[in-house]
Formats: sequence, structure tokens, C-alpha cells
Amino acid sequence: MSDKLVVEDVYKIFGPHPHRALELMKEGLDKDAIFARTGNVVGVREASFSIREGEVFVIMGLSGSGKSTMVRMFNRLFEPTFGHIYVDGEDITRMTDKQLIELRRRDMSMVFQSFALLPHKTVIENASLGLEVSGHGHARQHERAMQALEAVGLGAHANSYPDQLSGGMQQRVGLARALATDPTILLMDEAFSALDPLIRTEMQDELLSLQQEKSRTVVFISHDLDEAMRIGDRIAIMQGGQVVQIGTPQEIVSNPANDYVRSFFYGVDVSQVYSAGDIASRDAVPQLRSGDTDAAGARQQLGTNGCAVLLDESGSFRGLVSARSLSDAADLDAARIADIDTVDASTAMSDILGRAAASDWPLVVVEDGRFVGTLSQRDILHTLDRTHQ
Amino acid sequence: MTQDEPDLQDHETIGPLETLADWFSETVLEPITIGDWIADGVDWIGDNLQGLLDGIEAVIRALVDATEFLLLYPLWLTAFLIAAGVWMRFGVKAGAITTGVLAAAFGLGLFSETVQALLWFPPPWVLAVLIVLGGIWRVGWRFGLFAAIALLLIFSMDLWPETIRTLSLVVASSIAALIIGMPVGIAMARNDTVEMLVRPVLDLMQTMPPFVYLIPAAIFFGLGTVPGAIATLIFAMPPAVRLTNLGIRQVSREHVEAGQAFGCTPRQLLFKVQLPLAMPSIMAGINQTIMLALSMVVIASMIGAGGLGGTVLTGIQRLQVGVGFEGGLAVVFLAILLDRISQSFGQRRREGNAYGNLLRWFFSGRQKAGA
Repeated sequence: MSDKLVVEDVYKIFGPHPHRALELMKEGLDKDAIFARTGNVVGVREASFSIREGEVFVIMGLSGSGKSTMVRMFNRLFEPTFGHIYVDGEDITRMTDKQLIELRRRDMSMVFQSFALLPHKTVIENASLGLEVSGHGHARQHERAMQALEAVGLGAHANSYPDQLSGGMQQRVGLARALATDPTILLMDEAFSALDPLIRTEMQDELLSLQQEKSRTVVFISHDLDEAMRIGDRIAIMQGGQVVQIGTPQEIVSNPANDYVRSFFYGVDVSQVYSAGDIASRDAVPQLRSGDTDAAGARQQLGTNGCAVLLDESGSFRGLVSARSLSDAADLDAARIADIDTVDASTAMSDILGRAAASDWPLVVVEDGRFVGTLSQRDILHTLDRTHQ
Repeated sequence: MTQDEPDLQDHETIGPLETLADWFSETVLEPITIGDWIADGVDWIGDNLQGLLDGIEAVIRALVDATEFLLLYPLWLTAFLIAAGVWMRFGVKAGAITTGVLAAAFGLGLFSETVQALLWFPPPWVLAVLIVLGGIWRVGWRFGLFAAIALLLIFSMDLWPETIRTLSLVVASSIAALIIGMPVGIAMARNDTVEMLVRPVLDLMQTMPPFVYLIPAAIFFGLGTVPGAIATLIFAMPPAVRLTNLGIRQVSREHVEAGQAFGCTPRQLLFKVQLPLAMPSIMAGINQTIMLALSMVVIASMIGAGGLGGTVLTGIQRLQVGVGFEGGLAVVFLAILLDRISQSFGQRRREGNAYGNLLRWFFSGRQKAGA
């Protein structure tokens, strides 16, 4: 995947003397010290990263960590004080006002925490705001806004007014408004934070299914960890205006960059984060190939669980053998226990807990029929016990 | 003065301090003649800017006369309201067609004496009925009843022509005040420097005793309705400016950002987002402007603006308590009618979400008709 949006050494400093603040920053002073000395507020410091085309990129942090400032620099609602931001390789910090308006109309749209719908316009008129300002004809506005409303399941409410809808429905209008211009980048500023938990989950699913139909680059601001884990392909963690870590949810959970990140992720439900493939171990159970050895030889090689995995030449999983099945079998194939339930590598860990508990054997994890590894009850308990990490 | 320098205490020596004191009393403490400067300035304007003054006079006179004409001949007013209403709700094209049809109907008056008589000599109660209907529509039937009684009282006191004159002055100067004031308010909202500069001017306009405006107005424009209207518009403009500014500044940040994020130009942002959302505040400003205009119009009768103020003035000059009181009562009725009806446009109505209803009433008809 190519890079859609590249942030290069970007700073945002609010206040009168940004250069002085920059010098102090280079001397290593933190946000509070710089504010005390110069009166400048550091919104974002030293941010460099890139967002890939088609991914859901979540920027996460506590309030005041600079995440909303960051996303507002992507469409230049806030001007970056220093640094460059490239969209499709084009430096948007050098754009004229006219080019900028063009960019906002064509490539980007935004969804807001407070919905920010216009109360005097109907739902469909709200949804066509972006088309209306860029001068599309009335019929075309109507058609595309209607498509967007139908995509979020609000086609029937096109002629209602926003104040007649519930919060979740209003944010669907906000989403439809953003989708109507068919942008390549969707900026979502705490878009679901004002909704109650049930509706929030529903909206997250909605977003994911919209992503599956047509993948856009989504930059999603959130302070909700579970939300970030659910929808994010990659997560950037911000602290005091700085990006402290970027990675997939699994990477960050298993290898937090500092105590802030660790504390952030402390309460997270790891069984949602990891898939079976992530935690399966390849070597815990010995692997045998059909032609390699006979039943007696195999008995010698059984692991601590009293079993071994039987593979064919190409590495595909064929079954298990145990001490008992080997005892009265002539060769490996005869000893094979074939009716072993396998687990696909992409299955979430939370979905296999019951099966692991009920199974006599370690769970066998496969990907397209190929053996990936095994998962014992012990492996799973180790993963769940976060204090040892 | 320290002890090292005893000679400074010698009064015969003129030291630097004494020189400073002399300079201070000669120049700074000299009576300042701001009044003279203002008078000079007024004279200069009268001598050199006569053309500009004539232009202003012509515009204001046309506005006042047109308003008075519409109020005196209510059939024309009704036609005007219908055309304006159609234009606002259904767009320019429909408005133009309506205007054409109405113009044709009025044109018939040239050929038919009955129609002509109706157009030019309509019974004055047509306007009263319009006001009562407006009251019922915007406020409620109780208020409509009050309006009917109040207007009947004005009729029976024989003050209808004076009331019309006062009303037309109020309406004309309020319109002029809004035409000037709202763009200034918008400019203030968009630029902090403009706000900083305009604010003290507004303070001055609002706190200067209103009688003071009468003097230059009379010097520049003579006596009569035009100087009255001009003094009124100056006195009545500040709330429209202030509340337009305030209303736009109070539009929430996310609404403005939403406009920008979807690619609004500054002008689109103003007309599609900021002004509609600032509407309740702007309407409150318009209400204030109308009320201030009414109070000033009464004062303006001192330079011959006429109307109900003239009646009151006559009462004072001839010590006729009854005449003065009748004029005053008519002003009170007019004030209540103007206040409630103009306020109703800015108020949240109780049923439904009134804020949305209000905005829709102002802005949405056109799009809906097109969709």
C-alpha cells in the first residue's frame, strides 16, 4: 500500500513567538515549562509519520494530547507552524487558499464530535452541503446525497430535520455528509464519542462495513481504547503533543514504548486484540511427517502433552497422534486421530476460549490448511495474565 | 529637590521645573475647545460636502416617502408583502412572476375607475386589519384582540395620520439602520481590528444624549422628516451592529469548522453557516433597533419630524394635558405592537424545536420548493 498522507516534522505552536518556543523545545523543555517561559502552547511537536492508502489510522491520546490539533492540520483548519504535510505527494502547507478549498472539496471530508449539522436544513440538504458549496447541480446533489444517506441507512429520513433525529441518527447524517462528496480521506474527530456505548458499537460496525465496500483512508481520533482496537488498522499514541508510538494494536499491546502507553493499555481486553495466529506456538508440540518414522519412533518423540502433530510433505495439517493411538497402530497413518477441530489463524482469541477449555488436546491453529502452531490452555492463560509482560 | 542643590529653592532662579510648570499651565490646562472643533467641522461639512448631503437626503427622503406611501395606501402594501413573501419562499423567478401579475392588476386601475378609487382612496382600516392579522399570526389571538382595541382607540382619538407618519419614520429609519448596520456587524465579527475600532464609535452613538443629534441633522438637512429620520437611524443603529457581531461570533466552532472542512469559501461560510445560525441574535438586534427608533422618532418631532411626537410637543407647548396624554398613549400602543410582533420573529416558539423552526422559516422555503 502506498502512502496517502505523509506528515513530516510538523509542529503546531499556538501563541506569539513560535521560534522561541521551538528553540526551547530543542533544548528539551516540556510543554508546561515552555508555556511558563513564553506563553506559547505547544499543540503538536515533532510529528513525523505516514498514513497508508485505505487504512483506518487511529490517533489516540488523553484530552490535551494534541490529537484534535493534529487532525485539523491535515485539512489546514489549523496551519502547521513548522513542517510539511503531503497528500498524494502534494505539499498542502504550500497551497494557496484556492487550492486548499479545492482539496477540501475533492479529497477530504470531516465528521465532528458534536455532529455540527445545520438545524435549518433537512437531512438531505445537510448531507449535500459539500456538493452544494462546490457548485454541483441540484439534481446531482440530490442523487449523491441520497446515495450517501441510503448507505448509512437513513434514506427514509431524508426530509426530516436534524432535531427530529436521535444522536446516533444525527451522526449518521454527519457521516453521510462526509461520504457524499466521495472523498479519498475521511477525517473523524471523536466522531462517536458523544454517542452511548451501544450506538457507538453500531456506528463502528457501520464504518467498518462501509470500509469493506469501498476502502477510504480514514483518520480516526479517539480517546476510547476499545474503539481504537476495534476499528484501527494502526494506532498512533499521542502524549503531550508528541507521537510516542505507532503500530498495529497487537504490536502496541505486546511492546508498549513507555509507561504512559503501558498504562493506557493496562485495562485492555487482550483476548480482543490477539488472534489465534498471534499467540500460537509452533514448537510446543512436536511435528511428525508421515514417512519420517514408524509408530515406535514416534512414541519416543511425543511432547509433554503426550501428543504430536502429523503433517504431510507440504506442511498441511493431517491430524494428531497420541501415546494411546500409537500403542496399537502399525504406522503413523493408522494412529492418526483425524477428527481434530482446527482453528483458523485469524480467529479472535476471545472466540476460542470455550473451545480451548473443552478440548482434551491443544488447539491446532491453521491458515489455509497449513499448520501454524498449537495453543494449549496454558498458553492462553499466560497471554491473559498481563502482569507478567 | 535634594539638599545638595540648595540654589534650586531660590525663587528668582527659573529652573527647568518652573519652565515645565509654565508650559503645562499654558498649553495643557488651557480650556480645551472640543465644542469649537466640532462646530468648525460641522460648518466645513456644510460648506464643502453639500453634494454628498443632498445625495443622502434624497435617498432617505425616497425611503421615508415610499414607506409612508405604502402604509397610507394599504392595498399597495398588501401587494408588496405578497410579492416579497413569494420571492423569499419560492425564489426570484416566482417573485418576479407575482410582481408582474400584481403590476398588471394595478395597471387595470388606469382604465377602471372603481379599481382606481380602491387603490388611491382605500379605507385606512385595511392597514389596521393587516396589523391585527399579523399579531394573531405571529403572537396569538389574545394579542390580536389587544391590537384591535389599541388601533380602535387610536382611530377614535383621531390620531391615525400621525400614527402612520411615526410608523413610516420608524420603519424607514430602521430599514436604513439595518442596511448600514448589518454589514458593519459582519465586518466586526470577521475582523478583530474592525471590532476594536467600531466599538467606541457605537458606545458614543448610544450614550450621547439623543437630542444632540438633532442639531447637526437640522443644520445639514433643514427641518422636517429627513433630518428626523437621519437622527433616528444614527441613534437606532448600534444594537443591530452589536448583535449581528455577537451572533456571528457565538456560532459554535465546530459549525464553522464543518463549513470550512467541506470547502466553503469565506462568503459561503457567512451565508450558509454563520448568518443562519446567528439569526436569533440578529433578530433580537432588529427588535432593539425598532424600539430605539420609535423612542427617537418622538424626540425628532422637535425638528419638525411630525407624527405622534408632534402631538406630544403641541401638548407641552400649549400646556394641554389631554392632547399630550393622547399622543403619549398612541406611542405606547405603537411600541407594544412593534415590540411583540418584531420579537416574535426572534423568539423560540414553545411547540417543537423553535430554534430550528425559526431558521427554517427564514431560509428553507426556497430549497424545499426546488427539491
